[in-house]
Amino acid sequence: MSNKRIQLAHGSGGKLSHDLIKDIMWPAFANEILGEMNDGAQLHINGCRLAFSTDSYVVKPLFFPGGDIGKLAVCGTVNDIAMNGALPSYLSAGFVLEEGFPISDLQRIVASMQQAATEAGVYIVTGDTKVVEKGAVDGIYINTAGIGKIMDGIHISGKNALPGQNIILSGYLGEHSLAVMGERHGLHFPQSVRSDCAPLNSLVEAMLTAVPKIAVLRDPTRGGLATTLNEIALQSGVGIMLEEMDIPISSAVQAACDILGFDPLYLANEGKVIVFVEQESTNQVLDIMKQHVYGSEARVIGKVVKEARGQVGLRTRIGGVRLLDMLVGDQLPRIC
Amino acid sequence: MQRLAIHINGIVQGVGFRPFVYNLAQHYQLTGWVLNNSQGVEIEAEGDSPTVSRFLEELSFSAPPLAVIEEMTVNLVNLRGDTEFIIRYSREEMQKTAWVSPDVATCSECLGEMTDPADRRYRYGFINCTNCGPRYSIIKDVPYDRAATTMNTFPMCSSCQAEYDNPGNRRFHAQPNACPECGPAFRLLTSEGTPIACDAPRKTRQLIAAGNIVAIKGIGGYHLACDARQEQAVSQLRTRKIREEKPFALMCGSIERIRQICDVSKEEELLLTSSARPIVLLTKKSDSDLAQSVAPGTDVLGMMLPYAPIHWLLLEEQDVWVMTSGNISDEPIVYKDQDAIKLLGRIADYFLVHNREIFQQSDDSVVRITGNKRQILRRSRGFAPQPIKISQEMPSILAVGGEAKNTFCLTRGSFAFMSSHMGDLENMATYEAYLAAIEHYKKLFSIEPTLVAYDWHPEYLASKYALSLPISHLGVQHHHAHIASVLAEHSIDEKVIGVAFDGTGYGCDGTLWGGEFLIADCTEFVRLGHCKYLPLPGGAKAIKEPWRIAAWVLYNLYGQEFAAFDIKLSRNLSPGWELMVQAAAKGINAPLTSSAGRLFDIAAGILGICHTIHYEGQGAIELERAGYKQYGQVLPYDISQASPYILDFMPTFAAMIEAVRKGRSVELLAACFHETIADAVVTMVRKIKEDTGIQKVVLSGGVWQNITILEKVVGILQQDSISVYTNELVPPNDGGLAFGQAAVAGACIRKR
Ligand SMILES: [Fe+3]
Ligand SMILES: [Mg+2]
Ligand SMILES: [Zn+2]
Ligand SMILES: [Zn+2]
Repeated sequence: MSNKRIQLAHGSGGKLSHDLIKDIMWPAFANEILGEMNDGAQLHINGCRLAFSTDSYVVKPLFFPGGDIGKLAVCGTVNDIAMNGALPSYLSAGFVLEEGFPISDLQRIVASMQQAATEAGVYIVTGDTKVVEKGAVDGIYINTAGIGKIMDGIHISGKNALPGQNIILSGYLGEHSLAVMGERHGLHFPQSVRSDCAPLNSLVEAMLTAVPKIAVLRDPTRGGLATTLNEIALQSGVGIMLEEMDIPISSAVQAACDILGFDPLYLANEGKVIVFVEQESTNQVLDIMKQHVYGSEARVIGKVVKEARGQVGLRTRIGGVRLLDMLVGDQLPRIC
Repeated sequence: MQRLAIHINGIVQGVGFRPFVYNLAQHYQLTGWVLNNSQGVEIEAEGDSPTVSRFLEELSFSAPPLAVIEEMTVNLVNLRGDTEFIIRYSREEMQKTAWVSPDVATCSECLGEMTDPADRRYRYGFINCTNCGPRYSIIKDVPYDRAATTMNTFPMCSSCQAEYDNPGNRRFHAQPNACPECGPAFRLLTSEGTPIACDAPRKTRQLIAAGNIVAIKGIGGYHLACDARQEQAVSQLRTRKIREEKPFALMCGSIERIRQICDVSKEEELLLTSSARPIVLLTKKSDSDLAQSVAPGTDVLGMMLPYAPIHWLLLEEQDVWVMTSGNISDEPIVYKDQDAIKLLGRIADYFLVHNREIFQQSDDSVVRITGNKRQILRRSRGFAPQPIKISQEMPSILAVGGEAKNTFCLTRGSFAFMSSHMGDLENMATYEAYLAAIEHYKKLFSIEPTLVAYDWHPEYLASKYALSLPISHLGVQHHHAHIASVLAEHSIDEKVIGVAFDGTGYGCDGTLWGGEFLIADCTEFVRLGHCKYLPLPGGAKAIKEPWRIAAWVLYNLYGQEFAAFDIKLSRNLSPGWELMVQAAAKGINAPLTSSAGRLFDIAAGILGICHTIHYEGQGAIELERAGYKQYGQVLPYDISQASPYILDFMPTFAAMIEAVRKGRSVELLAACFHETIADAVVTMVRKIKEDTGIQKVVLSGGVWQNITILEKVVGILQQDSISVYTNELVPPNDGGLAFGQAAVAGACIRKR
């Protein structure tokens, strides 16, 4: 079956991506820090705790409602650092450009990067530019990396989920994925959908300042909420139970998903955060989130449970519990 | 004088085998002993040679009705000179290989006692004997002894104990033996769980008569019951159960009552009254006094007769009750008391419960007769875990089955142990029950699998589970497994033409197959033909909403203009259909499929019969009903000359649309569609027969549950003197997949 070559699904953020990292990257690079399996690394240098993360951006199309590849490249790395409980401060930017790429587009992208960096309060302090012959890349690929200081007294990890904790989601799901897809294919959705791409560091900072004992922070990017929660369930060895009724999905996303048949729980987001927090601090975190522009629709969507370790369940509107497993590839019908 | 040591394997425990042996030995005045061990029954019998021979003969010929002797080995041993023949108690052995009997419907002798006011078990809802009663559902471990069942919490009173100890008694070692004094009891509860002091069965009857919904704890789980003649009650149940249109199963107080509602053939009667007591699908007579909402949109009713003693206490001869599985929508059947009130409390007005624990749940089985043959649609209570004999020796294999309608299968020696119906694994409770049931089966039948067979679908939860096991893995293509399930049932060890007409299953090329013409034996297959690929607009959603793929077909034939046609499909197009078509054209969430099942959806969509389905196969079922007893003609279709043959029904659909637009009868067109599909299958089979010289045809896959197509195809092929084989022991739908996977895995290992 598997012809031992990289398939597109290896990059989908699902089970194949997971296996690729587990089978190829970890054994090769084996070290304690990588083994932590977080979004980015938490480093200790001379008593200073730093978060360090990198990501490459290959999105098609380059410009889409709500953002572009440049904004995405800054926000993605800023968010990965923030998800470690750190305050992102410096970013690097690497560009791989295709021969013939319009300079005006590059200018637009770079300006957008700076705008996002200004909003996030970070500086792009080093970079690299390569040009390859026509056809070797598709227009432009961007890599960013970043560092930030982990806030004092903060210990965030995907391993910290414990039964009894509440799971908060900061807002509506699926917007980024649909906005990009719609633009790429020229689809006209019933209601327009804009990418949620946004830097979440100031939201995270406000939350952690008020409630330092937040256990887990993660942004549900590739693979969406379902995949991200599966990763946490496995990392922490706990079960997760979501309430379908409580998961925020905008009418625009719902309408598009109804027609296209996508499950919004598996669609990528670029401006959302999942928060695991003890019962008693839940309301405090929620209040802070709701005051912030990127957390105004925050709500509790589920709980960590003792049962069903390593699995994520969704209590549906009719009362049953559906297993939300980590997909191997795309959403493919399982009905015979 | 001679002494024989006899070992018997099969279903010989819990079926009155030891008293039978004891009485036989008494009759021939032999000495020795009989005992149940983990491998079956062991006997040593001593007497003069001719008598011992006659004893041996009668052992196999007059065994009790529920016993199945699969193997009997006889050895001469040294004389012992015992003075009597005794029954020895079971002893635990290292290797547990005894077979567990399925649950058995109440026997006529027990019924006689239960209705006799002078009997001590008069109106006792748990009466049973060695010939009847619960088995699989109460067994926690082997060997089958009271201590290993959920009856272990009920110490027998002296009268029951005396029966249990008396080898001449019908209840000798009847493990669930009980009476009103010492055994389990029924109680009636409110929907909040508060007990109501009353004669529970009598009061339940009154409540049902008054239009209430009562959850009734039975053998394999809870039923939800109401009077099938009261529209108010039935539609109430439908609303509360969130089961919009799926037909409800019915239980009648007598076969005569069933006859008043449905046509019942001799074979159907035998099935209805068999000890397995499945739900039998029957055709409704034109007039009946049933509530409209019992089975909207179909003339096929699922009927069963009482099988537990409590059913006999509840239903009188003229009663017809809805007896649907106690669950919410697609959830698994509720069988644990702690779940009952919690999960069914908002559906049922009252609960009729009892304190005998159900250890393993099982739904009612569903069977029908077609062309004098049995077709099992759901193999569960009454059938599982009775093993299916395979002609060849198998290594120990676990076949994990499919995703929906899941069953699994474990093999040992030449036997396949199929699980009862598990359901849809995507449901967390089902998935957990599935994992537990696999462990339970491994223990009960002492099977430690060395290989796991699984479906190639990368997202099937069963396949993911299989791949996580630290034993060898063997992937089996979905439709190969369907065909192999028939090959193994009929012990066919040669290449056949396999027509796998199905919903969707993962194919070798990453598309979803389902309209396949294969040349196959159990080890391998070649795809010689298939239905033309079509996209499923919206993936799984296209399966639940037949209008999608129907609209896609119209769009392909006519472009956007089809939306303005004066036909039901166009008038009822869901908003956003343009986006759907646009996305499908670009391949966005529109996986390709060669499914035959979807052809029925397209036809149902085009004819305006079905827009969105509320239960699996609804489009096809309503389409079949529409065309019932109409005389259709064959519409055009294409078969490509290329290899593989591509069967294209676009011309059929085009003809249907033209006819619908001209206002031709939907019923007639439904009949034409069936005629066309059958004709196309036959034509393809004839071509492949020409090409290959193969004379045997195997039909499997969910589409063969369509009786109209099945009977037409079988009829024509038989006239061609082609031998046609279908599933009779396992379902042709995905409930039979595990059996086929096991057959393929076994054959592949043998070949290595
Ligand atoms: Fe199938
Ligand atoms: Mg990242
Ligand atoms: Zn009996
Ligand atoms: Zn008793």
